Amino acid sequence: MLGIFASIVDGVLVGSVYGLAAMGLTLIWGVMDVINLTHGAAIVAGMFGLYLLTNALGLPPYAALPPVLVAGFAVGVLLYWIAVHRMIGRPPLMSLLSTFAVNLVLIGLGTAVWGTVLFNVAVTLPSVSWGRYTFPGTHILAAVLTAAIAGILYLFLYRTRLGKAVRAVAGNREAAELVGIPTTRVLSLAFGLGVALAGVSGMLIGTLFPFTVLSGDAYQLKSFVVTVLGGLGNPTGALLGGIALGLVEGLATPFMPVSWTLVIEFALFVVVLIAFPAGIFAFRRS
Amino acid sequence: MKTLCLIAAAAIIAAAPALAADEDTLTIGMTMSQTGALNVDSLALQRGAEMWRDEVNDAGGIKAGDKHYKVRFVTYDDQSQGGRVQQLYTRLIVQDHAQFLFSPYSSGLTATAAVISEQYGKIMVITGGAEPKTYELGNKYLFQVITSADHYLSGAVAALKALNPKPRIAMVYSDDPFSKAVLSATKAEATEDGYDIVLDESYAPSTTDFSPVINKIISSGADAFMGGGHYPDGATLARQLYDQKANLKWVSILVAPDSPQFMTLGPAAVGITVPSQWEPQVSYKPQFGPTAEQFAKAFEAKFKIESDYHAASGYSGGAILQHAIEQAGSIDPEKVAAALNAIDVTTFFGHVKFATDAKHHGLQIAHEMVLAQWQMKNGQLEREVIWPMAAATAKALYPLH
Repeated sequence: MLGIFASIVDGVLVGSVYGLAAMGLTLIWGVMDVINLTHGAAIVAGMFGLYLLTNALGLPPYAALPPVLVAGFAVGVLLYWIAVHRMIGRPPLMSLLSTFAVNLVLIGLGTAVWGTVLFNVAVTLPSVSWGRYTFPGTHILAAVLTAAIAGILYLFLYRTRLGKAVRAVAGNREAAELVGIPTTRVLSLAFGLGVALAGVSGMLIGTLFPFTVLSGDAYQLKSFVVTVLGGLGNPTGALLGGIALGLVEGLATPFMPVSWTLVIEFALFVVVLIAFPAGIFAFRRS
Repeated sequence: MKTLCLIAAAAIIAAAPALAADEDTLTIGMTMSQTGALNVDSLALQRGAEMWRDEVNDAGGIKAGDKHYKVRFVTYDDQSQGGRVQQLYTRLIVQDHAQFLFSPYSSGLTATAAVISEQYGKIMVITGGAEPKTYELGNKYLFQVITSADHYLSGAVAALKALNPKPRIAMVYSDDPFSKAVLSATKAEATEDGYDIVLDESYAPSTTDFSPVINKIISSGADAFMGGGHYPDGATLARQLYDQKANLKWVSILVAPDSPQFMTLGPAAVGITVPSQWEPQVSYKPQFGPTAEQFAKAFEAKFKIESDYHAASGYSGGAILQHAIEQAGSIDPEKVAAALNAIDVTTFFGHVKFATDAKHHGLQIAHEMVLAQWQMKNGQLEREVIWPMAAATAKALYPLH
C-alpha cells in the first residue's frame, strides 16, 4: 500500500515538471494557434544550459534557472521572427512545417557538437524517506520550483498590463489591435515566454535524470498528451494535466507492467480528444 | 545532338576505370550509427574497426595467395534506424560493390542487415549483434564474433551465487530484442540455480523516468538487480536506483556501464557490474595480432580515449576476417566462408569459433564474457574485472548496501 502511495507521490512530483513543459507549448498555441515543434529542442537546450553553466562556469545547479529563463526568452523571440512570424494567419501546416524544420536543424547542430553521448549533472540534495521508499530532494525541489514559476506566470497573465495584453491577443487579435495593443510584439513575447518555459522545464528535468541531445522527443510527446489533457491553449490546465499524467503513471505502474505506461498515456490522449476536446480541466477562458 | 551523345559516351568510358574498384583493394561495407540513440557504442565499434584497417594497410595489406589487398571501408550513417540499414546495405552491395560486410551496431539493426547480406550471398562479420535468433534462420554467410546474448549474464549469475546462494532478483529490462534475449536466458539460468525471481518486467526503450519501476523493485523486496538495455536507459536506471536508495546488494546492468562515460554518474556508478565481452586487463594469449594490453595502449594513443569492448570487438572482427582470407589464400566468398567455418583461434579478444550446423550457423560458441564492476580506487572510479575468478583483477564489492 505504501508502495502505491510512494509511486503516486513521485508521479505527481515529476508530472508537475511535465506540466511546466506543456505550459510553454499550450501558451504558444493559445495565443497564436501555432503548434511549436521546436518545443523538444528547447527542452534539450535547457538541459544543456544547465550542463554548461554547472560544468563550465561552476554555478550551483539551481542558479542556472534565471540565465536559462532569460536566454530561453531571447532565443524564443528570435525564433519567432525567424520561423513563425511569416506563418501567422496562414494554414496551420505552414507553421508546423517551419517549426519542425527549425527543430531538425537545432537537433542536428546539437548532435554535431555533442554527439548523442549521455550527460549527467550530479545534484546533491537531502531526500525524504518514508519506510523503504525515498523521494529524492531533486524531485521535490523541481515540483516546488514548478509551482512557483506557474504561480508567477499566472500573476503575469492576470495581474499585469502586458499579461492582459497577451490574453487579449489570444482572445481576439483584431479587437486587440483596435484598442491599440501592438499585437506582433505581443505574439513574439508570448513565443519567447513559451520557449523560456520549455527551457526551464528542461533545466529542471536535467537535475532529475541524465540526458542526451535526443531526449527532447520523449518530453515533447508527453507535452502533447498533457496539453490535450489540460485543454489546448490553457496554461493552468497544462500544469494540472501534467500532475494528472504523473498521477495516472504512478497509479497504473504498481498494478501492471511498466511497458504499458505508454499505451495508457496515449489511450488517454485519444479518449480525451474525443470525449473532452477542450480538455478535462476546461476552465472558462477569460 | 549526335555530337552531344558522343561526348557523353566518351565521358562515361573515360570515367569507367575510376569508378571500378581497384583490383588490389578489398572493399568492406558497413553502416554505423553516427547519429541517433546508438551513437555512443556504435562509434566505439567503428573506431576499433578503423584501427584494424589502418594497421593492416600500414603493414602492406591482407595477403591472399600471392596478392596483397589494401582495405577500403565504405561507411554510412544508419541514424540508428532499421529502415536506413535495409537501404544502405543494399546500396553497399549493389552500388559500392562491397566484397565483405561488417554488421551495424545492435541486435535489431544486425537482424535487418542480415536479411540483405544473405539475400546477396555476402559474408557479414558480426561484431555488434548478440541476439542468437538471427542465426537460427538458415543463414550461410553470417559470422558472430561476440558472445551471444543468451550467455551475457551467465557470469553475473555465477558470481552472485558465490556471494549469496539465495538472492531475490528483480529483472527489469528494455523491451528490445537484445535485452529480452539476455534476460530470458538469464531467467532460465537463475531459476535452474534456485534463485527467487521477485520481479520480471520490461520497459519501453524510450522510458526516461524509472521512479515508478524502482518503487516496484523496492516493494518486491529484491536484493539483487539484473537488467537495463542500452546506454541512455541503463545510465538513467543506475542514477535513479542510487537517488531513490533502492538498497540493493547487487546490481548488474547491460551495456551502459561498459562505456567510460558511465563514470560521470559519480557515486551512482559505484558497485554497478556489467557483463563485458572484453576488458583491457584480460590475459588471453593471442595466436596472432596484438595482446589486450597492446591493443588498449594503441587505441588510447590513436583516439585519446579509453578502449572498451565495442572497440575491441570492432577490431577483432577485422582481424578474424583477415585471418580467414589469409587461410583461404583468396578473397573468393565461398573459400573465405569455408575458412571462417573452420576457424578456432584465440586473439586478444578471446577464443573464437563459429557454429557450423545448419540450425545455428555462424553463432559464436567459444568466446566467453567477463564481469566488470565500477569500484572507487584512491578517489577515482575504475572498472575492475571480478569474474571469472581466474581473470579477476579485484574482489567483488558486495553487498553494495
